[in-house]
Amino acid sequence: MGTLQSLSDEPEYRELAEKTGFSFEQIGILHKRFKQLSHNENTLRRADLDTIPDLACNPIRTQIIEAFFDKRNFHQNGDGTVEEISFEEFLVVMSHFRPPALNMTEEQREKVRREKLRFLFNMHNTDNDGTITLEEYRHVVEELLSRSGALGKETAKGIADAAMLEVASISMGHMEPDEFYEGITFEHFLKILKDIEIETRMNIRFLNMDTTTLCNRDSSSIR
Amino acid sequence: MPAMWHSTFILVMVLLAISRPSLASQARTEESQGTGNATEHTITTLPIVIWKWEEIHFPYLVALWVLVSWLCKLVFQQNPCLTSVIPESGLLICIGWVLGGIIYGADKVQTFRLQPFTFFFYLLPQIVLDAGYSMPNKLFFGNLGAILVYAVIGTCWNAATLGLALWGCWLGGAMGDIDTGLLQLLLFGSLIAAVDPVAVIAVFEEVHVNEVLYILVFGESLLNDGVTVVLFNVFNAFVSLGGAQIDAVEIIKGIISFFVVAVGGSLVGVVFALLITLLTRCTKNIQIIEPGFIFVLGYLSYLTAEMLSLSAILSCTFCGVCCQKYINANMDERSVSTVRYTMKVFANGSETIIFVFLGISAIDPSIWVWNTAFILLTLLFIFVFRFIGVFLLTWILNQYRLVPLDFIDQVVMGYGGLRGAVAYGLVLLLDENTYKEKKLMVSTTFIVVYFTVMLQGITMKPLVTWLKVKRAAVAERTLAEKLQNRTFDHMLVAIEDISGQIGDNYMRDKWNNFEEKWLYWLLMTPFARKSCDPIFNIFHKLNIKDATSYVKEGERRGSLAFVRNESKADVDFNKKFDADFSEMMPYIMTENMGPDHVPVSSILRDSVPSVCLDMHEQDLKMRESEDFDAHHVLQQHLYKGRKQHRHRYSQKHLEVSKDEHEVQEIFQRTMRSRLESFKSAKMGVAPPKISKHLKKDQPQKMPNGKSTENSKSHAYGDEDVEFSEGDSASGCEAAGSSFPMRAYRGAGIVNPAFMAEMDTMDPMPPMQQIPSWLAEAEVDSSTVAPSQRAQLRLPWTPSNLRRLAPLRLSTHSNDSFLLADSPATQEGISEPPPPPPPQDGQGRGTHK
Repeated sequence: MGTLQSLSDEPEYRELAEKTGFSFEQIGILHKRFKQLSHNENTLRRADLDTIPDLACNPIRTQIIEAFFDKRNFHQNGDGTVEEISFEEFLVVMSHFRPPALNMTEEQREKVRREKLRFLFNMHNTDNDGTITLEEYRHVVEELLSRSGALGKETAKGIADAAMLEVASISMGHMEPDEFYEGITFEHFLKILKDIEIETRMNIRFLNMDTTTLCNRDSSSIR
Repeated sequence: MPAMWHSTFILVMVLLAISRPSLASQARTEESQGTGNATEHTITTLPIVIWKWEEIHFPYLVALWVLVSWLCKLVFQQNPCLTSVIPESGLLICIGWVLGGIIYGADKVQTFRLQPFTFFFYLLPQIVLDAGYSMPNKLFFGNLGAILVYAVIGTCWNAATLGLALWGCWLGGAMGDIDTGLLQLLLFGSLIAAVDPVAVIAVFEEVHVNEVLYILVFGESLLNDGVTVVLFNVFNAFVSLGGAQIDAVEIIKGIISFFVVAVGGSLVGVVFALLITLLTRCTKNIQIIEPGFIFVLGYLSYLTAEMLSLSAILSCTFCGVCCQKYINANMDERSVSTVRYTMKVFANGSETIIFVFLGISAIDPSIWVWNTAFILLTLLFIFVFRFIGVFLLTWILNQYRLVPLDFIDQVVMGYGGLRGAVAYGLVLLLDENTYKEKKLMVSTTFIVVYFTVMLQGITMKPLVTWLKVKRAAVAERTLAEKLQNRTFDHMLVAIEDISGQIGDNYMRDKWNNFEEKWLYWLLMTPFARKSCDPIFNIFHKLNIKDATSYVKEGERRGSLAFVRNESKADVDFNKKFDADFSEMMPYIMTENMGPDHVPVSSILRDSVPSVCLDMHEQDLKMRESEDFDAHHVLQQHLYKGRKQHRHRYSQKHLEVSKDEHEVQEIFQRTMRSRLESFKSAKMGVAPPKISKHLKKDQPQKMPNGKSTENSKSHAYGDEDVEFSEGDSASGCEAAGSSFPMRAYRGAGIVNPAFMAEMDTMDPMPPMQQIPSWLAEAEVDSSTVAPSQRAQLRLPWTPSNLRRLAPLRLSTHSNDSFLLADSPATQEGISEPPPPPPPQDGQGRGTHK
């Protein structure tokens, strides 16, 4: 803890805190975790995340990991993927999951909402063409349902089709039979998820307390 | 509407008139029972009819009162303008006053009163069980921490502050001369501190606040019972012991007993939930009483906890909460809906009765003692301390909550602290010898209940509107939303894993894993394990809905054969099916005609009997398709469901399987008609399509000159190909069924069930038009011999599914046409193709 306190005085942290909205303590904890994951390197690679044991049984593991290496999530105007990320990028991606501030105006709330949904959208839209196509969506659903063994691939496909159909009917209204629904655009995405309180759902509690010590067992198994 | 009101009121009066004299006579008969008995039993002659009111008056009165209460509810529900202002619970209390007034006016004594025993053992369990059973589990456990804080600390706070404040006022002499003391006032505080589940459900269900707020108030009201019961028992014991005997040991005992009562009660509930769940694993053969087990065991969980002097409400709640997921998966769908509805009937019914009797019981001067200071102070303190408690606890909770509760939510929570029948039941349990001021307490409880239920209940809705409290989203969950929610869950877990934190999501994920691995295995039937996935469920429901809407649409248009009737081109199916049928005949002949032939539906039933598209793909191999056809011929013609399940009464069986046959039949008929519409549509649109085949430069465009019917049906054709990229067994099933059905004439197997339909279905047009697929067949004669699979396919998807059609990839579009056309092509080949001179733009031709 003592080292954390001294770290938090560094100007670098101040800058990160301003940029991502995390507190110094949280940045300190996440930095520690970052070092732990990257084996004290300055950058984190996919393989480092792949080896987290708890993540192993997560059905959408690959999508999550990809999201960390996706330039679109770095708040910069770029796309494509990178091979390794620095701590700053790690923090920026993490900041998508920060709980919203207590007293936000309606506009800020909307902005947060859009950002979070954009993250989600990017996760599904792997080729960055602005729409989630049926293929992409099927892929997502298949992965999502892959953990429960009872539902086969075909069912997943059927579910994806039905969901896509639903999206099409919600976002396009009535369609002529010869119309072609290309895929879910971001606007449609916003529309179908308008009832989900994303600003309260897509966030996790970043503790101010250091719990990484509890995960030492995990990290030793990584090493 | 006034007439309705009037007539119902008269009805109520009549009922009262029936019941009243009997009541008056009740006392008299009881008195004279000792002497009268002897004479009653000696009869001199055979009575033809005797008046046996005395023997049945008790159940009769109970039934009458239930009826009267429910009629009251009915009357109020007929007047929406009334219920929109005053909550139903308040109205019921009012009608209770009126009824009580009538009874009192007639009898000069209040004959009917809500007895604590009746309330706690007959009325309350139903409400609590229903509350537990229909509890939104995820929400409940997600907010369990906050709920517990409010329920435990909040209730203790309310009880203690109210007791102490009243005591202070009493010491200060504000209440005049009443015989009470600190312990008695604390006891009074504890019984009136608890927010009442019945009142809360009644009021909040009409207000529709957002779900977190609802679950906090509702969960608190359910769980604080444990606290109330313990506090009540402890203070009751303390009062009996007397102030001098209470030392630290007794107080510690009280605290321990709290944990024992609360945790023990919950454990009893969990044990009973396990029992229920395990039982439903093996009740498949007694589906009729399957739902009964839920009620009996749920009730037993209540009684058992009560017997062990543990918290019965907690037990019943947790029983419902824990078992709901598994029993819903284990039981048959019909049983589930039975449980659900019966649960609601019971809960709603007893809620109504409780409120009516809360009104009736008050019309009795003998129980009223008025002490303005005591009553007003109690009201004031309850109101004030409830708010203070909520604000304090929320402030503490907000330090830890991910999504803090804002000020408005807190106000509603504080205002929603309704007291109700539980307090009334408890206060009646007090012993009048120990509690000199019992009557005052009862009166005060009445006032508090009326005040909170009526005034706060009435003002709740305007308050919620005025404060702009976030309302519950009324939209039903869509499949896409559900999928996204699932994504959120996994994503949050992943992020917690990556950031190395152990948070709620981590714990929940671990629990889910454990549940899937062990609990499912232990508690669910293998079949249920498959279909318990909520996403699959919603998918299933969606499919069912589509199918139903399709049928409904058909019925709206007059008949299930609507599409057929509208089709522009008529076909001579007869010949074609002759050909088909000749192929079929051997199967029919060789197939076992006995009763034990396997209908296709039974094969399909093994998997989830849904209308989903790809489910049964694996079930079907191409080569089996003909068997399926044959089975269908058999099933259709040897169909005997109707004959058997009508006019037969059986207590044990509902003729379940026969029902399914009927469903199957409706389904097949629908599908048949759709297939036909598809075919005729093909004929209608074929020529444009041919031209499209030729002009490959614009394969996606459909000419717009067609009638909507045609283009729509055409969409079926498209999507059908699109949707089942493999084979769909169900598609095969229905498609298979549709062909041979028309062959019944040739077969000579007459099924009266189908006769009428068949006759109307096969109109022989004087001028038979050539199916235009024949024309197409010539053009497309170069096409590779069409696969069987194409033939098996069915325009399957319900009407609104047609929007999926555009989902296809453009590369598919061409061969999708070919595939769709191929059955036609094949059939065209199977009989000598007549010369197909296309006559008009619609591609009709004259045949013969």
